Amino acid sequence: MVYLTRKAEFSASHYYHNPDLTPEENQRIFGKSGNPNGHGHNYTLEVTVKGEVDSRSGFVVDLKKLKEILNREVLDALDHRFLNKEVPEFSRQIPTTENLAIAIWQRIQPKLQNAQLHRVRVYESPNLFVDFYGKA
Amino acid sequence: MKAYLTRRYMFSASHRLHSKGMSDAENRETYGKCNNPHGHGHNYSLEVTVSGQVQSATGMVCNRMELDDFVGREILQKFDIQNLNLLPQFVDDVPTTENLCIALYDILQRGFTGAHLERVRLEETMMNSFEYAGGAEIRP
Repeated sequence: MVYLTRKAEFSASHYYHNPDLTPEENQRIFGKSGNPNGHGHNYTLEVTVKGEVDSRSGFVVDLKKLKEILNREVLDALDHRFLNKEVPEFSRQIPTTENLAIAIWQRIQPKLQNAQLHRVRVYESPNLFVDFYGKA
Repeated sequence: MKAYLTRRYMFSASHRLHSKGMSDAENRETYGKCNNPHGHGHNYSLEVTVSGQVQSATGMVCNRMELDDFVGREILQKFDIQNLNLLPQFVDDVPTTENLCIALYDILQRGFTGAHLERVRLEETMMNSFEYAGGAEIRP
């Protein structure tokens, strides 16, 4: 089994707010991140797939196809967007880094052929990242 | 949905690697330059990984502000710009990065209640790092 990681970068804005909570609770839980005008991050995405090395190609996965999937399913949808307003997953869910990692997993997992998705890692900044390994 | 959240913190501290159980010659042989009697320092990078179900009300595994408050109060304020050899954790133990990593894990494990502590990773320099998960295997 070999693990392969492909990296991508995107920039997006977001804010944290739960309409079911009071303004005081929102402020207590989310602090500055609750500003409804939003704020932004340069996200780094690391997608790790795993599989056996194909004896003919020497590949675990065709990187070109993986890159196309990431471009189409993730970057086109998220890069330079306001996540709360422009990405359907976040019309209901709060676009935390946790939920972003789960959404990216759900976007790319059904599109992958041959290789198995192992991990989605999303860096919100160099000092904060989330790992998601699938539903558990 | 279970997710793993990692937060990175920086602190700087000095130390000297010297074991009371060894002769001076053994200490010099074991620790080399790190045994310099006057000590030396590092910029440490601490990564704290917590895990848990993403809560639907907050979208979070762990409230980052609570984690920052705890680490700031219990770790950074006590370890940053300090001589590790003078801290209570290192009265008997040599302040290697292994022992420091374990000490920081223990502080988080005992005191932080905001999420399940998964592991602690500590970089002493860009060339070496240590991980500790309470003695368990690092998974997944």
